[in-house]
Amino acid sequence: MGWLDRERTIAPPGFNRWLVPPAALAVHLCIGQAYATSVYKTALVKHFGASLTEIGVIFSIAIVMLGLSAAIMGTWVDKNGPRKAMFASAVFWASGFLIGSLGIFSGQLWLVYLGYGFIGGIGLGIGYISPVSTLIKWFPDRPGLATGMAIMGFGGGALIASPVSTALLKMYDPNSGAQGWVASGDSVGKLFLTLALVYLAYMMFGAFTIKVPAEGWKPAGFDPAKVKAATLVTTDNVSARNAVKTKQFWLVWIALFCNVTAGIGILEQAAPMIQDFFRQSDGVSLVSAAVAAGFVGLLSIGNMSGRFAWSATSDVTGRKRIYMMYLGVGAVLYTVLALAGSSSTFLYVALAFVIISFYGGGFATVPAYLRDLFGTFQVGAIHGRLLTAWSAAGIAGPLIVNAFLDAQGKPGQLTAASYQPALLTMVGLLVIGFAANLLVKPVDARFHEPRPDRVRSEEPAMEA
Amino acid sequence: MSTAQTTANPTPVNPSTGKLVVAWALVGVPLGYGVYETLTRVAALFG
Repeated sequence: MGWLDRERTIAPPGFNRWLVPPAALAVHLCIGQAYATSVYKTALVKHFGASLTEIGVIFSIAIVMLGLSAAIMGTWVDKNGPRKAMFASAVFWASGFLIGSLGIFSGQLWLVYLGYGFIGGIGLGIGYISPVSTLIKWFPDRPGLATGMAIMGFGGGALIASPVSTALLKMYDPNSGAQGWVASGDSVGKLFLTLALVYLAYMMFGAFTIKVPAEGWKPAGFDPAKVKAATLVTTDNVSARNAVKTKQFWLVWIALFCNVTAGIGILEQAAPMIQDFFRQSDGVSLVSAAVAAGFVGLLSIGNMSGRFAWSATSDVTGRKRIYMMYLGVGAVLYTVLALAGSSSTFLYVALAFVIISFYGGGFATVPAYLRDLFGTFQVGAIHGRLLTAWSAAGIAGPLIVNAFLDAQGKPGQLTAASYQPALLTMVGLLVIGFAANLLVKPVDARFHEPRPDRVRSEEPAMEA
Repeated sequence: MSTAQTTANPTPVNPSTGKLVVAWALVGVPLGYGVYETLTRVAALFG
């Protein structure tokens, strides 16, 4: 498998770095499908005769594995390069769908846990981190844009997966989408098979397009001396081993955890939630399944655009201030959503859109936040460790929402009031995250690496 | 658009514009389809 090695992916002179973003997007758009699981969630509940919580566990396992594999495999990805990482990610992700479909066809929920959750989750983690670090290396002159570009594809994946999955479910089960009809398990199994093949092909395109910059490469006209230093931005470096010993790491971990938990709570339940919010007294929702699927896609636009817009904005405002906005303003918006979201669809959609843009912004901004606090030396490895906050949130978010909803009633009978306990719990979490972010200060000098006799532009290559 | 230059060999080589167009189209077309489909459905939400 030498053709996958890092040495074979070093860009030749004249390589156009703008070929790297589409390669990264090809992978992230595929693994971003994880955000579109709500399209077939109700179908799986019916097919397996399971509770919302039991089906939500599939998504939770995938996110846990994403965080764990990103934290554990970060060094492997850095050593072996993005092509081998993307190749491995494609194999894991496609295998996850194949095994998941087997579980659906055979009625074995544990196989869906193993396939989509465990194996697919590993594909998520490896796929997530590989293009991020590569893009940062290709775009040292635009770090905010780079992290936004790398991570926005993950937010955009559902934008494609949601309508495509809805169309495929309708093709495999013509009654799918009709009033009161839930897609058959057989159609969801066939959907998984189809997605496995398409995603495998697309991710291979990304794997064989990506290249890493040669040693010492920098963009034409780039002057590292012009990079403006800001408050909380260090020119020193902290190793990954030391970073986890600092309170700054754990304060950012808490801030990310709270932001992600609140966002996942909406995303994972997006399609049924909007239908329940506008359910009439006769039990029929004003929002059809097809429109709910569109709402999932709209949230993906918010998620994706937030990654670009807020990450770029953080280069001006600073990371701490923009995290104040994500968590502080987010708490206020969540409160309005819980108490008045059912008064109009426009208000509901607008609130959810902004909340999810903050959720996406948090992801895209955090690598730069870590770079500011700990330097560039091992920011990738530190980022990988921080993603355990995402794993924890992947458990906490769906569990909080689904546990509250299971106590309130059965799917199809829930209303806006059923969601208030869960949403107000999220508000409390956001306030905790706000306080944690407020406490972030520069890292104490005793954690810094000995300062080498070199200028900033000649620091070691960033890991991730 | 910036192109890569190594410190060892700064000789410029013409980038493959065709490859660039194909690569961006492969990700841009599905994304455009997703945006179009989304906006169509969202319009129904407010209808």
